[in-house]
Amino acid sequence: MDLFEYQAKELFAEYGVPVQKGQVASTPDEARRIAAGFAAEGKPLVVVKAQVKTGGRGKAGGVKLANGPDEAFEKAGKILGMDIKGHTVHTVLVTEAADIAEEYYLSFLLDRANRAFTAICSVEGGVEIEEVAHSSPEVIARIPVSPLTGVDHAKAAEIIAAGRIPERAAEAAATLAERLWAVFTDEDATLAEVNPMVLTPDGQVLAVDGKVTLDDNAAFRQEHERFADPGAADPIEARAREKHLNYVKLDGEVGIIGNGAGLVMSTLDVVAYAGEQVKGAAGAGGGIRPANFLDIGGGASAEVMANGLEIVLSDPAVKSVFVNVFGGITACDAVANGIVSAIGMLNERGEQVDRPIVVRLDGNNAAEGRRILNEAALPVVEQVDTMDGAARRAAELAASVAKGA
Amino acid sequence: MAIFLTGQSRVMIQGITGSEGRKHGARMLAAGTRVVGGVNPRKAGQTVELNGEAVPVFGTVADTMAATGADVSVVFVPAAATKDAVVEAIEAGIPLCIVITEGIPVHDTAEFWARASAAGNRTRIIGPNCPGVASPGKSNAGIIPADITSEGRIGLVSKSGTLTYQMMYELRDIGFSTAVGIGGDPVIGTTHIDCLRAFQEDLQTAAIVMIGEIGGDAEERAAAFIEQHVTKPVVGYVAGFTAPEGKTMGHAGAIISGSSGTAQAKKEALEKAGVRVGRTPSETAALIRDVMRTL
Repeated sequence: MDLFEYQAKELFAEYGVPVQKGQVASTPDEARRIAAGFAAEGKPLVVVKAQVKTGGRGKAGGVKLANGPDEAFEKAGKILGMDIKGHTVHTVLVTEAADIAEEYYLSFLLDRANRAFTAICSVEGGVEIEEVAHSSPEVIARIPVSPLTGVDHAKAAEIIAAGRIPERAAEAAATLAERLWAVFTDEDATLAEVNPMVLTPDGQVLAVDGKVTLDDNAAFRQEHERFADPGAADPIEARAREKHLNYVKLDGEVGIIGNGAGLVMSTLDVVAYAGEQVKGAAGAGGGIRPANFLDIGGGASAEVMANGLEIVLSDPAVKSVFVNVFGGITACDAVANGIVSAIGMLNERGEQVDRPIVVRLDGNNAAEGRRILNEAALPVVEQVDTMDGAARRAAELAASVAKGA
Repeated sequence: MAIFLTGQSRVMIQGITGSEGRKHGARMLAAGTRVVGGVNPRKAGQTVELNGEAVPVFGTVADTMAATGADVSVVFVPAAATKDAVVEAIEAGIPLCIVITEGIPVHDTAEFWARASAAGNRTRIIGPNCPGVASPGKSNAGIIPADITSEGRIGLVSKSGTLTYQMMYELRDIGFSTAVGIGGDPVIGTTHIDCLRAFQEDLQTAAIVMIGEIGGDAEERAAAFIEQHVTKPVVGYVAGFTAPEGKTMGHAGAIISGSSGTAQAKKEALEKAGVRVGRTPSETAALIRDVMRTL
């Protein structure tokens, strides 16, 4: 889970990483009130920052300086509702403006290639860090961090020195690094980034912006639920989560159900490929695409299959469904029975199964599974023996329904 | 010969008394695996009945190894307890530890990998979040269905479970030396490269299928390795061309961020290294059939 800047800074503050004071506003009036509070403390200059989980906010006009409450109101009005790379701005962070003498960069991240952690530190911080990484990689220090020894003050000092952070900022930066490491490990983060890490004219070192990514696998031992952003989730995805289904909404017409993440991902590709060809053959505008990712896992019970079908069919864009199952430990006869009772269950619940379902069963007891489906003679179900053929059929059906509609 | 797992392998199960451990322990036994024992500190001295066979339970990995000569451990313990279980296996010095458990925090995996390295890599770790290793006709350690394929000369390495099974099933008439599911997590113990190296040296293996998916740069590094070190023919498949940026699709590792790690980039890297890459699993199976015909 990626955090918003304001959430990352809340975590930073809990661990003693210095940040500016600030509050979140979802209306211009709130922004004015927050700015008025700062003005009353003799700090009329504030920054209004769009809270979106993507980079390039500044360049998109999502970060603005405001002098006093009225300007904060005006700037917040402009930023709220903006679209930044497909993300709508629902909230802004209003912080006191920092006096910036110098901007540095510091992060800890998971280094997949080395199966360890890496600290990245540079004297050249700020929005151009990625360009700096390309043009002058030598000013960006990458220091491996062992999960066994971690970052104590000496290691933090080594990281800061490697990043060529100047002497006048080094001690405060090392302290910040040590605390940022605590955020990274104690919160089970895969990224904890401070950019820019700012030196103020009076010698303080502050985290002016931050990015934190938390490991969802660690949810059982962390209190990460408080950072969840229910408003952001697609409503179908939210309902799928309640039913413990691994569902991701996409933009397309062919609903996908399969078992195993890799197989489902592959199914999306095969359907997209078939969809291009169907589009070419039909000469229709707009290709046929997969409508979702749904992995029902290895042991696909009738109930899980029914819940899966219900979720997939609740997407009005879905014109056909492709159920792609490889029978391994759960053999195909069990899966076929699951499909039959799932459709029965949905009909009983009053959920009309009104769109064609293409089923491809392969693997253990495939012949028996196919026989069960044939005998059930469900009008909406059509069987195709190969994955490629079934994908093509599902795409054709979606295309013809789409044209008819 | 097969790689990592042979008919001589003596397999123990960490978490043998849990429901997954028992279920798959029984399946492994039925597949001909020599399951010699298991661990549960609270049930040491008891036995677990798997397929009518009484399998002894020990208090520690070291005790199991001493009593049974186990040289492979398969880990089924819950995610919260997995780090300690794997560290125990490393400290006991077992040669191969296969971690089936999914949902392990990546900080835990990074830590047990660091411990394995610090111990001089005496213990090969496969996984976590993987289906295990199957050497058809010899032994099966993990959750790969044993009856979907046959023994043969293809070596297979894959990040994904069911996609592995699909490929094993499609090519069941040709058969496999060993299939290794290395797992889809961001940090894994045994990589594509480790398997490619082992298959290159394995006399039974004539050709290699490598299945990758979006996320990370393991396939790109594997491509560079193939170019330099692998003389046996390699056929590849990459899943995730359609996956949108920044969305997680089940495997923690399958997250695209930025341009690197895309399926397209991986496909191009593999093709540049002379690997023929299938567009669908079936097309990939057809490519390996071609290769096997010409050998």
